Amino acid sequence: MFPRPIQQASAPAQTAYKTMLPIALILWLLPLIAVAVFSVKPASDFTQGNYWGVPGSFNIIENYGQVFFNSDMPRYMLNSVLITVPTVIGAVALSAMAGFALGIYNFRSNLWVFFMFVAGNFVPFQILMVPVRDLTLDLGLYNTKTGLVLFHIAFQTGFCTLFMRNFIRALPFPLIEAARVEGVAEWRIFWFVVLPLMKPALAALAVLIFTFIWNDYFWAIVLTQGPDAQPVTAGITSFNAQYRAAYHLMSAGSIVAALPPVLMFFLMQKHFIAGLTLGAVK
Amino acid sequence: MTVTALPDTEPPKRGWYKRNEIAVTPWLFLAPAILFFAVYVVIPIFQSFSISLYDWDGLGQAEYIGLGNYAELMNDRAFEVSLWNNLKWLVFYLLAIPAGLFIALFLNQTVTGIRIYKSLFFFPFVLSQVVVGLVFAWFYLPNEGLLSNMLALVGFGPVNVLGDPTWATYGIIAAGLWPQTAYCMILYLTGLNAVDPEQVEAARLDGAKGWKMLWYVIIPQLKPATFIAFVVTIIGALRSFDLISIMTNGGPFGQTRVLSFYMFEKALSEYGFRMGYGAAIAVVLFLIMLVFISYFLWSMYRDEQGGR
Repeated sequence: MFPRPIQQASAPAQTAYKTMLPIALILWLLPLIAVAVFSVKPASDFTQGNYWGVPGSFNIIENYGQVFFNSDMPRYMLNSVLITVPTVIGAVALSAMAGFALGIYNFRSNLWVFFMFVAGNFVPFQILMVPVRDLTLDLGLYNTKTGLVLFHIAFQTGFCTLFMRNFIRALPFPLIEAARVEGVAEWRIFWFVVLPLMKPALAALAVLIFTFIWNDYFWAIVLTQGPDAQPVTAGITSFNAQYRAAYHLMSAGSIVAALPPVLMFFLMQKHFIAGLTLGAVK
Repeated sequence: MTVTALPDTEPPKRGWYKRNEIAVTPWLFLAPAILFFAVYVVIPIFQSFSISLYDWDGLGQAEYIGLGNYAELMNDRAFEVSLWNNLKWLVFYLLAIPAGLFIALFLNQTVTGIRIYKSLFFFPFVLSQVVVGLVFAWFYLPNEGLLSNMLALVGFGPVNVLGDPTWATYGIIAAGLWPQTAYCMILYLTGLNAVDPEQVEAARLDGAKGWKMLWYVIIPQLKPATFIAFVVTIIGALRSFDLISIMTNGGPFGQTRVLSFYMFEKALSEYGFRMGYGAAIAVVLFLIMLVFISYFLWSMYRDEQGGR
């Protein structure tokens, strides 16, 4: 193990390490802690210049109540859910199939198709912006959740296929050959042999794509406008325009907007990290 | 796949699909993904190339002007500034890799509660860039901000990071480094887990320790993690948009623009809908990215040759 386990170090070094850990963590998360404190402060604290001191009073219910009952935030949150969930399902389904095709079959253009997905996944968004916006307008899907979902599914399929294909390549191939010798139809091999083995990959991708899409901002402002279809990342900017300089409300709003992916991460940590490391480093 | 010459026990009358099952199935499975990807990703790339040759406001008649947009880019000060800022992003964003490695080394211990520490250190990556941008914008506030307050403690006057044309870009990059470092950290933590303990012990017996151990024994074994960290950091640097849009909206005096932001501004904001010009900027950004994409694909191709 590197570095040398701290247990082998001298007692003072161990104590030093254990005191440094929480200090480093607090420093690392300082901006976040500040926002959390902001979000429970009363408005009077900011007018009196008490930005970074102890809150004058704890207004959790007032501030968060304002966000939930007196703004468009709940609508934005609902939009985010209605955009994110179908995208996750669509992208995972498409890429599971594509990954199966690229991982199991050795046809001639296999690697080229695979590289098309990989390369597309790295492309800057801006090169797609004008044509995709036009296409969405032409389809009559501008400023709808469907328009956003369709694009997200297509774009995320690149990354997901990369992940799925590599995962399927690592599965024991004799299993598939055995099924073929038994005369099992190819689509049944996919459904009954490969898919059950892919559960960890499916879970990893689902969590990861959920976070990516929930946090998307660029496409939200390119393809939608207004509270009818905009997700919460775009909504938070109009929320902030509404409560300009009301830091306690803006903080509470930001925390609410950030919460779902954070919960997702803490609940599904193992899958999340497996997805992020692309399964390349195990 | 070679079909072994087993005697065909099936009746001779088999359907076309049955006979070609192995050849056709992959394409059936690929069809939906390829269709989506072609319509929304592959074709738009070529369309952007073609739009960049037109003068077009997005609604009316497009007028073909050849390389006119590119010629205009040559003399566009704002474009030059954006290009330089992109370079700054590329260089300084890469700091996330050593910083991530440093934190990973710091946290790679087995004391009680270390798992919670690791996830909390990773926390910033899960936040949306919009939230990160807001948080850091407040952190940098000229008088009320935490940074100015901390500097006041050590006797420096208040600083207005985001209002200063020279420093604003670095301020935004620093904000971007926060989640990116967390990402690199988690890559290295997973990588460090896979380091071969026997090699480490053998190196220790040979008297290697500290920096030498890190440089000659550990880092070579972390190569896969470093590769991914490099890929995601480069892509992230060239994609930077959210933070700039939230923190400075390109200002002050357009000094924090990068290509991705400038393109958006030209094509879709109140400065007018110059789709053709925007597309030309996007093409330049794409070509820069293409250098890196080709390198990544080439590396992957080499690895594939070793595989099955």
